[in-house]
Order: sequence, then structure tokens, then C-alpha cells
Amino acid sequence: MISSAVTLQLPALQVALPLISAPLGLLLRRHRLVWALAVVVCWASLAIAWLLLQQVLAQGTISYAMGGWAAPWGIEYRIDAVNAFVAVIVTGIASVVVPYARRSVEQEIDGDRITYFYVLLLLCFTGLLGMTVTGDVFNLFVFLEISSLSTYALISLGRDRRALTAAFQYLIMGTIGGTFVLIGVGFLYVVTGTLNMADLANRLPEVTQLRTLHTAFAFLVVGIGLKLAMFPLHLWLPNAYAYAPNAATIFMAATSTKVAVYALLRFTGSVFGPVISYEDVPFGEIAIILAVIGLLSCSFVAIFQSNVKRMLAYSSVAQIGYILMGIGLATKTGLMASLLHLFNHALMKAGLFMALGCMFYRIGSVRLEDLRGIGHRMPWTFAAFVLGGLSLIGVPLTVGFVSKWYLVLAYLEQGLWPLAVVILFGSLLAVIYVWRVVEVAWFESPSPRAAEAREAPLAMLVPTWILILANLFFGVQTELTVGVADLAAQILTEGLR
Amino acid sequence: MRFFELYNYQIAIFLAMIGFYVLVSRGNLVKKVAGLSMFQTSVFILYISMGFVQGGTVPILVDGGRIYSNPLPHVLILTAIVVGVATMAVALALVIRIKEAYDTVEEDEIHEQDRSF
Repeated sequence: MISSAVTLQLPALQVALPLISAPLGLLLRRHRLVWALAVVVCWASLAIAWLLLQQVLAQGTISYAMGGWAAPWGIEYRIDAVNAFVAVIVTGIASVVVPYARRSVEQEIDGDRITYFYVLLLLCFTGLLGMTVTGDVFNLFVFLEISSLSTYALISLGRDRRALTAAFQYLIMGTIGGTFVLIGVGFLYVVTGTLNMADLANRLPEVTQLRTLHTAFAFLVVGIGLKLAMFPLHLWLPNAYAYAPNAATIFMAATSTKVAVYALLRFTGSVFGPVISYEDVPFGEIAIILAVIGLLSCSFVAIFQSNVKRMLAYSSVAQIGYILMGIGLATKTGLMASLLHLFNHALMKAGLFMALGCMFYRIGSVRLEDLRGIGHRMPWTFAAFVLGGLSLIGVPLTVGFVSKWYLVLAYLEQGLWPLAVVILFGSLLAVIYVWRVVEVAWFESPSPRAAEAREAPLAMLVPTWILILANLFFGVQTELTVGVADLAAQILTEGLR
Repeated sequence: MRFFELYNYQIAIFLAMIGFYVLVSRGNLVKKVAGLSMFQTSVFILYISMGFVQGGTVPILVDGGRIYSNPLPHVLILTAIVVGVATMAVALALVIRIKEAYDTVEEDEIHEQDRSF
């Protein structure tokens, strides 16, 4: 009886739990206690997300009326296979990153600010989960801003003073993006008089001839595109990732762009529906062109970076290109590949950034010349980095292979083999930039900094290896991820010819 | 003249473009924040204009009131105003920290200093 009452409230708890614990963390003050609270909250959120996913797989879409107000009037939390899957990604990554963060944060952030770090992380977590589960477009904007504002503050906690300018730059671009989303939502409200996503999906096909609708679409895509670092709008990302505290970088790289991609999918696939998005508006073509340019140019730029964290940041923009290529194709296989890559890229990038964070913990630098010979001093850490790198390249038996396989398949299905070649060429570029690090770290004599390094502490090494092993596990055991992605892609392509 | 009937929308677009221009053209970080604020405020006017209904009264139960203005956009924009205030606070706090770290709030001087190390 009690358990069924709790089960009914799960969609609200998914957001409310981290939201309430954030100010609670401020009251606790002692940073070890706040850390423990954050760990418990993240694990509980993962359990909730997992239960919701099981429930969705068993019974179909869950609709939750916030505060008991029925759907088109009140705020609805609507959970289907798509966002249940994204919620599992976000909470899963957070559950591994927060335990890892303790040692890393204690070293990188001044004692009195550590509490704020976890509070901001919990707020950011709340915002991302809110964006994921909500079924109301205005509510999505509010959660977008909650996550963005806490992210700006998280970045500015970095030691390097360039973290401040990176945070400011992101704030300017992020706020423009957020405001564009707000304008888009306003236009949608003007033409339909509703903010509920399901309701909008029913009403928008009646007004497809209106120019306001197309303007709304443009504003929303550009606004969300800024958040997900779609190619020409990615300028904030490399600096933000490079100078933020390591734990914040891992969390951002693995979750925030993924949730933004989800928001884009939700608007194009559900709210506007694939018919408007791909047939009335040339969204698919634009996405593919930008994705290909972003994929190639950012992979090239990554090759010439001397700061490895920055290199991985550019590689993130390139990987977003793969995801957008799948979305742009507007076929079920394409979307499935994108959703798979959403999950897989979160795993591989978090794993890589965590291994890099371990090295930073020991030598205090992530510049290529300081990483010379580190592979001999920190064999476990560096082995994790290499496995993560192989996954990034897309070597068989890793998750990277699974998503690229489906993406290439999706392009061959449509007879677009030149673009399939582009995907493979992108992997080749990834080989080059990963190899640069491997070559320096394994085949050169230790730098003065690396010579004194020891293996990273277990508290950091264990979470890193959990993610790296997940990279291998889900690369072999693809049943769960492919199954859910298939179901989710089904939902997002409904009504498409 | 339909063009002038929609004058509040023209004002919203005008303000947005001024804000955007300041944001892009000025190198002073405080001025950038001011431009950003104008840009956000223009959207508030856009939303408030949406709620207007020709001949409508305030949306409370009064005798003789038949047509009401739509209160929902006004309520929504209250939330957006709070978001705007929070953004402003974080932005200005960052500018203060940048001033402490670089001893300047001019964008080109900051880039100059970062290149040197």
C-alpha cells in the first residue's frame, strides 16, 4: 500500500529530492557531510530513475499531474521511454562522479567553498532532471535556467583565473540561448494557447501554415543549439570545460549537453512532430550540414591542442556532431543511433575526463608536455584512459563501436555512403588525437612532474574504472541500451512517412 | 494602420536589437551585462503584450465584465523576471571576481593578459 503510494509520486520525487537537498546542504555546512548527502541523493535519484524506466517499459507512458492540477492547465510531468532513458544516464553518471569528486574537489577548491560546490552540483542536477521529466515547455525553460545558472557558478570555482572569463563567456551565450528558448515558447503559446507538450503536439499540425510557428521553431532550435554546443554555437564550450574544476567538467561533459540534445529531440520529435520538423522546415538538412562541419573541424582542432582537457572538450563538440547526424537523418535507425550515442558518449567522455582528473590530482597539470611518461607512474589510471580512448575511436567491444555501427548503418540504409565515409574519417581523426597522448605518456621519459607521481588514490580510481568497465560491458551486452533506444526512436518518429 | 496597432511588439523588437547590439559591440563587461539585461527585458514586454485582449478587463470577477485579459503570460513572465534577476546577480558577481583577478573589466585587456601567460 505504502509502496504503491510512493511509486505514484516517483516522477515528482525525481526532481524534488535533489531540489530539497541543495539548501539542506547549505545548512549542514561541513563539506564532508554535504558530500555524503550528495552521494545519497544521487544514488536515490538513480534508483528512482531506474524504477521509472522499468515502469515505463512495463506499462507505457507515465503522466503525473503536478499538485493535482489536470494536464493542459497544470504542469504535467510526462515520462516515456525517451526521457526515462535520459534520466538514467544523468543520474547514473552523477552517482559515479560525486563519490569521485571528494578527493579531487578537496585538492582543487578552497576549504570554505567546497560546500558550495556540492550545493551547486545538486542544483544543476535538479535542473537537468527537471528538463528531462517535465511535460511543459515553460517549465522546461525554468529548469534550463536553473541548471545553467548553477553551471556558470560551478565553472567559476576553478583555480585558474581563466575559469572566470570562461564562465562569463558561457553566461552571456547561455543567457542568449535561454532567452531564445523563452521567445520560442512565447510564440508557441501565441499560436496555440497552451504550454503542455502533448497538447501542443495535437494543436500545432492545425496551424502549420503560420509563419509564427516557423519562427518559434527557429528560435527554439538556435536557443537549444547554444546549450548543446551545435557547431557554430559551441564557442563557449572548450574554455568552460578546460578551466572548470575537474569534477565539474566530468559532470557537465557527460550530462548537460546530453540533456540539451534530449530537449532538442523532444521539441523536434514530439512537440512539433517529425512531420513539421523534417518536412515543413529543412531541419534535417541543416542539422546534417552543421554536424559534418563541426565533426571534421573540431576533430582537426583537437589534434593541435596542447592542453589535454581542451583536446577532449573539442572532441566533445565533434561527438555532438555524430549525435546530430543521426537526428538529422529523420529515420528510426538514425534516431536510434543518436540516442545510443547519447548514452555511450556520456560513458566514454566521463571515463576519459575522470582518468585525466586522476592525473591532474597527482601532477597538477594536464598539459601534454607534463604528461610525458605518466603511463609508467600511473599504470592503472593510464590504462583507463587508453580504454576510454579506444571507446571514443569506436573500436569493437566498446560502446563507441555500437553507436557508430548503427549510425553508419542508418546512412547506408538511405544510400548516403559519402556521409558514412565522413563518420569513419572522424574516427580516424580521433585515432590521431588519442594516439598523441598515448605516445607521449607511454613512450617518452618522465617529465619532472610525472617523475614524482604515484598511482591515483582508490577513491578516484574505483569510480573511473567503474565507468571504463561500463564502456566495455555495454559494448558487449547491448540488449538493454539498444532495446530502450529502439523504443524511444519509435516514439520520436511517430507519424513520419 | 496595422503597423502602429502592434506598436508594443515593435518596441519589444527594437529594445531586443539595442540590447543585442550593445552586447556584441561593447568590450566593457558591465556594459555587456546591461545589454544582456535589455535583451531579456524586451522579451518581458513581448509576453505582457500577448496577454492583451481587445476590450478586455482585469481578470477578476466583476459585474459586467465579459471579456478578460489573459493573466497567464503575466504570471509566466514573473518567473522569467526572477530568472533575469538571478542571471544579473551571477553576471555582476563574476564581473567583480574578474576585476579582482585581472584588475580590469575591458575584454581586450583581459585577452591581452591571458595571452602573456
